[in-house]
Amino acid sequence: MYRYDEFDHAFVQARTEQFADQVSRRLSGELTEEQFRPLRLMNGVYLQLHAYMLRIAVPYGTLSSRQLRMLAHIARTYDKGYGHFTTRQNIQFNWPALSDIPAILRDLASVEMHAIQTSGNCIRNVTADHFAGAAADEAADPRPYAEILRQWSSVHPEFSYLPRKFKIAVTGAERDRAAIQVHDIGLHLKKDASGQLGFAVYVGGGQGRTPMVAKKIKDFLPEEHLLSYTTAVMRVYNLYGRRDNKFKARIKILVHETGVEEFTRLVEAEWAHLRDGELTLPQSDIDAIARYFALPPLPARPEGDEALKLARLDSRAFSEWLTQNVSTHRHPDYASVTISLKGIGEAPGDATDRQMDLVADLAETLAFDEIRVSHEQNLILPHVARADLKRVYDRLVEAGLHTANAGLITDIIACPGLDYCALANARSIPVAQDISRRFASLERQREIGELKLKISGCINACGHHHVGHIGILGVEKKGAELYQVTLGGSGDEETSIGEIVGRGFAPEELTDAIETVVDTYLGLRKDPSERFIDAYRRVGAAPFKEALYGSEARAA
Amino acid sequence: MKLLTANRLGDGEAVWWSDDLGWIERIEGATPAEGKDEEARLDAIGQDGIARNAVIDVNLIDIAIEDGRFAPLRLREKIRAAGPTNRTDLGKQAEPVLLEGGDAPGDGHVSI
Repeated sequence: MYRYDEFDHAFVQARTEQFADQVSRRLSGELTEEQFRPLRLMNGVYLQLHAYMLRIAVPYGTLSSRQLRMLAHIARTYDKGYGHFTTRQNIQFNWPALSDIPAILRDLASVEMHAIQTSGNCIRNVTADHFAGAAADEAADPRPYAEILRQWSSVHPEFSYLPRKFKIAVTGAERDRAAIQVHDIGLHLKKDASGQLGFAVYVGGGQGRTPMVAKKIKDFLPEEHLLSYTTAVMRVYNLYGRRDNKFKARIKILVHETGVEEFTRLVEAEWAHLRDGELTLPQSDIDAIARYFALPPLPARPEGDEALKLARLDSRAFSEWLTQNVSTHRHPDYASVTISLKGIGEAPGDATDRQMDLVADLAETLAFDEIRVSHEQNLILPHVARADLKRVYDRLVEAGLHTANAGLITDIIACPGLDYCALANARSIPVAQDISRRFASLERQREIGELKLKISGCINACGHHHVGHIGILGVEKKGAELYQVTLGGSGDEETSIGEIVGRGFAPEELTDAIETVVDTYLGLRKDPSERFIDAYRRVGAAPFKEALYGSEARAA
Repeated sequence: MKLLTANRLGDGEAVWWSDDLGWIERIEGATPAEGKDEEARLDAIGQDGIARNAVIDVNLIDIAIEDGRFAPLRLREKIRAAGPTNRTDLGKQAEPVLLEGGDAPGDGHVSI
């Protein structure tokens, strides 16, 4: 894992004390709210419905046990005993007092964490594949490049006041688990025919009120040009991005309005000035950062296969968990474990202080001290010996973290929605809970197969509903909640934006409607291997509209 | 009918204005405004609260009286007054009612 150097420590410490002083001046009345608001947002402090909210960055989703224990401590000491892992690999605390935030930030700084640039019109937390470094299918670990981007973008003087917020995601595998095509910049790390590392560069993706799939503007950017090329993209955006209209200020609008060809030409022209200059990454620097992310020494543990065979026979529940929540590791004796934060009927992404402590203990004792946060709001133990999987499972059972639903219909992404969020129009969490309870049977979930269901409580789409195989968007209509259903979205290497299926549903109608969609799929799929998204792409929306609206759909 | 609501500066707690007790943590004891003059008076109190750095995000919210209790018309305000609907162990709904001021007009019943 990356460890702060002297510069990082000094920077975070100075920023923490600067913000502590600003908080103190705000509480004394020396600063007005108008003056303070941009300062608090730069440090991740929002005001929500019930209290302030603090959003803490988990860079590229990687945590150590020590860091996760500190998050548990913060939940216990300053909050109400839990935190919420978000779709951008951050964690949010929903109840901190403003007066406690300097102490929280000092605690965070002591474990090399902070909340800087988790809000505001700047480059936000750089996200990455949650299986990075462990996945059997990746060309290389994308996190060293995410870390290089983090260092480059932290309080970057030129890019701290962009037209709008800016999100970058990196993946190192053909199978995109980081949803790079719905980011402002998406980077796909790969090797060319000669074995050199570089990136396919995607620009202008995003969700929100105008969802767009990113356009590929470069097939292969050699790795040493990462910063110069990214700077060129940022400069074009900073210069031409709209500042007159908040809703048209994201780079996706600029790319759309300019046209991909012209936008690419502008970037290339800017890059011509920057290429091979001081932003060129020396191989020695890349190697130095990459060493922080080296795979831990993984001793051979060939006894795992036999142990698992016996344990599978002994426990059906364990066997199901193995099938659903355990992924192939690049080392044959190891596996990556998805710890579901989607227990049946629970709030997606929420974890208690006790659960965080338990996962930290597990990581320390059985998983080489590493934890990941996924954008799908789960926790990951990336390196677990297959021989230790039963021990891990048994400990997860103690904390109620053993739900075997990774990738299934109850593995729902949901934003906090109107239960917490000041921007929301409708609730998300109770919707997720209700659907989760309806589909609680694991047998039924597995019969349905892979199905990504995502819920947002407003058009800002923090719940990624646009790229849900089934997406749900909560709106307010005549003072009541109403839910629009979209179908056919996907946030992987074949990214697509879901289409609205028809009129919205009242809260009490919604779960029935989702069940109708699922039953329709089960009735029309070719065979159990045809996933929901594949079946939808084959048949289109018509059968689903018919099932949901009947004659109403035919009339339309 | 309207109430004046805000969040307290120091801890962000949702609060409502009571003529008797100032900014209070429960909607039950708030002072309602009927008519433009009363609303303007509450609005001025809210601006004063901002100026004194007592509160932020001040708003006048629409309410009705239901079963003798103040009932915000918007779900957002209902949730602010009670707490997250998925966690009834949190927020004001989880705390015992200690009436700090007058109840809503009506039968005096207060419910958590």
